[in-house]
Amino acid sequence: MTEQVESVISADRSAQAGIERSASLWADAWRDLRRRPVAIASAVVIVLVSSMAAFPWLWTRTDPRDCPIQLSKATPSAAHIFGTNELGCDYYAMTIYGARASIIVALVSTSLVLLVGALVGMAAGFYGGWVDSVLSRLADIFFALPFLLGALVFLSMLRSHSVWTIVLAFAVLGWPPLARIVRASVLATKNMDYVQAARSLGASDRRLLFRHILPNAAAPAIVVATILLGTYVASEATLSYLGIGLQPPEISWGIMIAQGQSYVTSGYPHLLLFPAAFLSATVLAFILLGDALRDALDPKLR
Amino acid sequence: MGGPGAGGLKGLEVTPLGRYLARRLLQFVPTLLGALFILHYLMTVGIQLNGDPARAVFGDRTPSQSQLQAMQRVFGTDDPCFEQAGNPCLTVFVHRLENMAQGDFGVDSRERPVVTLIAEHAPITARLALLAILIELLVGVTAGVLAGLRGGSFWDYVVKVSTTMLVAIPIFVVGAVTQLVLGVEFGSWLKGVGAPDLLTGLFSIAYRTDQPWASLVMPAFVLASLSLATTARLTRTSLMENLRGDYVRTATAKGLTRNRVVGVHALRNSLIPVITNLGISFGNLLAGAVVTEGIFNIRGIGGLVFGAVATGEAATVVSVVTILVLVYLLCNLIIDVLYAVLDPRIRLD
Amino acid sequence: MSDVVLEVRDLTKHFPLTKGIVFKRQVGAVRAVDGVNLTLRRGETLGVVGESGCGKSTLAKLIIGLEKPTSGEILVQGQNLARMRGSALRRARRNIQLVMQDPYTSLNPRMTVGDIVGEPFQIHPEVAPRSDRRRRVGELLELVGLSPDHINRYPHQFSGGQRQRIGIARALALRPEIIVCDEPVSALDLSIQAQVINLLERLQEELGLSYIFIAHDLSVVRHISDRVAVMYLGKIIETGVDTEIYDHPTHPYAQALLSAVPVPDPTLRGLRDQIILEGDVPSPANPPSGCRFRTRCWKAREVCVEQEPALVEREGSAHPSACHFAEERDVVHATD
Ligand SMILES: Nc1ncnc2c1ncn2[C@@H]1O[C@H](COP(=O)(O)OP(=O)(O)OP(=O)(O)O)[C@@H](O)[C@H]1O
Ligand SMILES: [Mg+2]
Repeated sequence: MTEQVESVISADRSAQAGIERSASLWADAWRDLRRRPVAIASAVVIVLVSSMAAFPWLWTRTDPRDCPIQLSKATPSAAHIFGTNELGCDYYAMTIYGARASIIVALVSTSLVLLVGALVGMAAGFYGGWVDSVLSRLADIFFALPFLLGALVFLSMLRSHSVWTIVLAFAVLGWPPLARIVRASVLATKNMDYVQAARSLGASDRRLLFRHILPNAAAPAIVVATILLGTYVASEATLSYLGIGLQPPEISWGIMIAQGQSYVTSGYPHLLLFPAAFLSATVLAFILLGDALRDALDPKLR
Repeated sequence: MGGPGAGGLKGLEVTPLGRYLARRLLQFVPTLLGALFILHYLMTVGIQLNGDPARAVFGDRTPSQSQLQAMQRVFGTDDPCFEQAGNPCLTVFVHRLENMAQGDFGVDSRERPVVTLIAEHAPITARLALLAILIELLVGVTAGVLAGLRGGSFWDYVVKVSTTMLVAIPIFVVGAVTQLVLGVEFGSWLKGVGAPDLLTGLFSIAYRTDQPWASLVMPAFVLASLSLATTARLTRTSLMENLRGDYVRTATAKGLTRNRVVGVHALRNSLIPVITNLGISFGNLLAGAVVTEGIFNIRGIGGLVFGAVATGEAATVVSVVTILVLVYLLCNLIIDVLYAVLDPRIRLD
Repeated sequence: MSDVVLEVRDLTKHFPLTKGIVFKRQVGAVRAVDGVNLTLRRGETLGVVGESGCGKSTLAKLIIGLEKPTSGEILVQGQNLARMRGSALRRARRNIQLVMQDPYTSLNPRMTVGDIVGEPFQIHPEVAPRSDRRRRVGELLELVGLSPDHINRYPHQFSGGQRQRIGIARALALRPEIIVCDEPVSALDLSIQAQVINLLERLQEELGLSYIFIAHDLSVVRHISDRVAVMYLGKIIETGVDTEIYDHPTHPYAQALLSAVPVPDPTLRGLRDQIILEGDVPSPANPPSGCRFRTRCWKAREVCVEQEPALVEREGSAHPSACHFAEERDVVHATD
C-alpha cells in the first residue's frame, strides 16, 4: 500500500509540475529546442537553404546559365565571389540555384516515404495478424537491399533523368525503416488505456487511429523523417555525382562536385570546395536537427 | 498438458540454437528471392519506362533489326513482356534464377561473362574492404572507448562532433576532399621533397599498381568513414551502459583494477553490438565502394559499377549489383549465425 | 429494487496460446474467465474481488464489449450483448460504460478535458445535438465536482483524483444505466480514494446507476457494495450480500482474503488469526483439476481433486459457496 501511495504522490508531483510546464509534448519539445544552440543553428541553415531553393533571386541577380566562355575557370574575386566554372558560369549563382534540386528531392521523397511508411506501419501495427506478417516480411525484403545499390540499378536503367525519377526511386526503396518505426509506436500506443476507453465507447477504427493512436505515435516518425531529409539530400548529390541523378543542363551540387573534381588536380579547388561545403552544411543541419528533436521529444532524457 | 503438436515435437529434441538456425535459414530464402525480385522488377520497370538497354549499346547509331535482336538475346531482354508496362516479367525472372543457380549471371556489353569480370576485379576490392573493416574496427572502437570511458569529457566531445560530421557528409565529398587535400596538395609536396615510395604511395591521388596496399590506405579510410562513425558511437553507448552494470561494480568491489575491469569485462560485452553492426555496415561498404573506387580510380568491383554507370551499361550494373546483394545477404547470414553460436546470451526468439 | 439490468450467464474467455510464426498452432489457452454467472439489479453495487491475475479486468472487458467472449451470454434488457453487431451494438454500448483503473493512462494526453468528456457525443451524435454538447460537457464536469472552466486544460494539468473524476464524467456522458469500475481507486492516494468512492455513491443515488465495482482487496469494496462476489482463477467461488461475505465467509479462499484486511483497532490486532496462503496462484493456462483452490487449501482432500465444487448454497453456507467443505470460521470477529 505504501508503495502505491508513494507512486501516487510522485505521479501527483509530476502532474503538478505539468501545470507549471506547458500544454503538450510538442510544446515541451519546442521549449527544449529553443534552448539548444545546435538546434537553432541547424534550423537557421535549413531556413537559409530553403530560401535559396524557393527564391534564388533573393540571393543573386546573376543568371547561372548566362556563361561568358572567356571567363572560364576564374578564381574567386569581387565580381565572382565563388569564381566561375570551366564554361564561365558564375559559381556563386550556380551554388545558390543548386539548392533547389536537393530540397525538392528531399521534401517530396520524404513526404512520399512518410506517407507510404505511415500507412504500412499503421496497418501492420493496428490490425496485426496476417496483415502484419505480410507487410513486415515485405519490409524485411526491401530492407535487405542496400538503398543506394537499389537506386543505382533503377536509375541506370533510365535514359532520361529528372528530379522525379530520383524521387520515385527513393520513395519505392525508402519506406521500410519508417514503416518499422510507425509500426512499433502504433503497437506501443494501441493498447494504451485511453485507446481502450475510446474503443469501449464505440469509436470507429478510423477515429481510434487518427484521433488517438497517430497523434501519440507520431513523434519517432517525425524525428526519422527529419534525418531522412538530410539523407536524401546526400543521396541525390551522390547519384548526380555518379551521373545517374540529374544531368548537366540542370544545376545540382552533386553535378558541380563531379565536374569541379576534374579540375582539382589542375589547381581550381574552389570548384570542388564551394558546392561541397553547401551540400555538407545542409545535410549536417537536417541530421543535427533530427538528433535534437529526438532528444527533445524523449521524455526520458528530460 | 501441452496442446496439440507438443507431443510430436518431443521426439525431435530440437535445441533452441538449432531451431534459431533453422528459422534463420528458412527466412533467408524468401528474403533472398524477394531482394532479387525487387532488383529484377526495378530493372523491368526501367526498361518498360525507358526502352531497352540493348539499344543503348549502339549509342547514336541505329542498329539493324538483326543486330538489335542479337544484342537483346545477349542481355536477356528479348521477351515481349518488356514492352508491356506493368508486366513483372515473371518468366524472365524465373529463367534468370535458373541461370544464376548454374553460375551464369549474364554478360556485359562486350559479351564477357559477368562472373569472370567479378573474379578479375574482386581481389583488389577484397583488399580495400579488408583494410576498411580493419580501420573501422581499430579507429572506431578506440574512439568509442576514449569517449565512453568518461562521458562529457573533452575526448567525448571531440568524438561526438567528428562522428556527426562523418555521418552527415556524403562519402563522395569526403573522398573528393581527402583526395584534394592529402593526395593533390600533400602528395605533390611529398613527391617534390623526394619522399620514399611507400610514403608517396600512401598519399597518392589514385591507386598505384606498384603500391597495391599502401595506395589503398587512404581510399580505405574514406570507405570506412561512415561505418567508423557508427562503430564509435555504438562502442561509446554500450561501454557506458556496461560500465554502469552491476557486474562491473562487483568486479571493482572484488578489487580488480579499473583497467582490468574495463578491458576484460565491460569492453568484451560492449563489442557485441559492434560486431552485429558489421553486417549492416557491410551494405554501406558495398555502396561506398562504388563511389570510392570511382574517385580513386581503383579497378575493383566498385570501379566496375562506377564505370558501367558512367558509360550507361545498364546490364552490367544490374548483374554486378545482383552479385553484390547476394554477397551482402550471405555475409549477414553468416554474421548472424556466428553471433548466435558464439554468444549464448542472445535471445533466440 | 428487484429489476435486473444485467445478467451474465456461463461467461468464458480463453486466450489462445499459439506457437510458430507462419503457421500458428494453438498449444493451449489462458482461461482468464471460466464460467462466470452474475446478476446486477437496478441501483445496486456488485463488488468483484480477487487477487491480481484472477480475471477481473477480463470480466470487465467482456461486459463492456471490449473483448468477445469465448462462450456464454451477457444479457442487457433481455438482449445478448455478446451476439450483437454493428449499430445495435453501438446503441447497446451506450448503456454500459467503464471507469478505468489508472487515471494517468486512461486519458489521451493530447486531448483537452472538453474533448475527452465530449468524445462520447461525437461517437454517438444522436445523443446530443452539436449546439448542446459544450453545455453538457460543462454540466458533466460540475456533476463530478470539477470546474467547467477547466474545459480547455490537458489531463496532465490535473491531479490523480481529478483525472479519475474526468474519467467518471466521460463514463456518465451517455447516461448509462450500468457502470463497470475496474479498480477505480487503487491508483489513488488513500484520502482521495474516499473522495472518489463518495462521489460514486452520490452519483448512484442521483442517477440511479448500477455498478460493478472491481477491486483486489475486500476493504475497498466493503464500503460501497451491496453484494460481493469473490473470484479465484477465472471463477467466482463465493457470492452473497456484503454482510454474509464479510461476517460469515464460508470458502477458505474468501476467509484468507478477509483475514488479510488490516484491522483498524490496534488493541484487537492480536486476537485475529491471520491465514497465510502457501504457494503461488497456479497458472490460468493450466488450472488444477477439481477445485481450483485445492493446491493452496488447508482443507483439501481427495474429493477436491476429482470433483469441481459448484457455486451453490450448502449445509455450512447460507449463501452460494464453491467449496465441498464450506463452513464458517470466525476470522474477523475482531473487526466488527
Ligand atoms: N489479451 C490477452 N491475451 C492473453 N492473455 C491475457 C490477455 N489479457 C489477459 N490475459 C491473462 O488473463 C489472466 C487474467 O488477466 P486480468 O487482466 O483479467 O487479471 P486481473 O484480475 O484484472 O488482474 P489485476 O488485478 O492485475 O488487474 C492473466 O493471467 C492474464 O495474463
Ligand atoms: Mg485488472
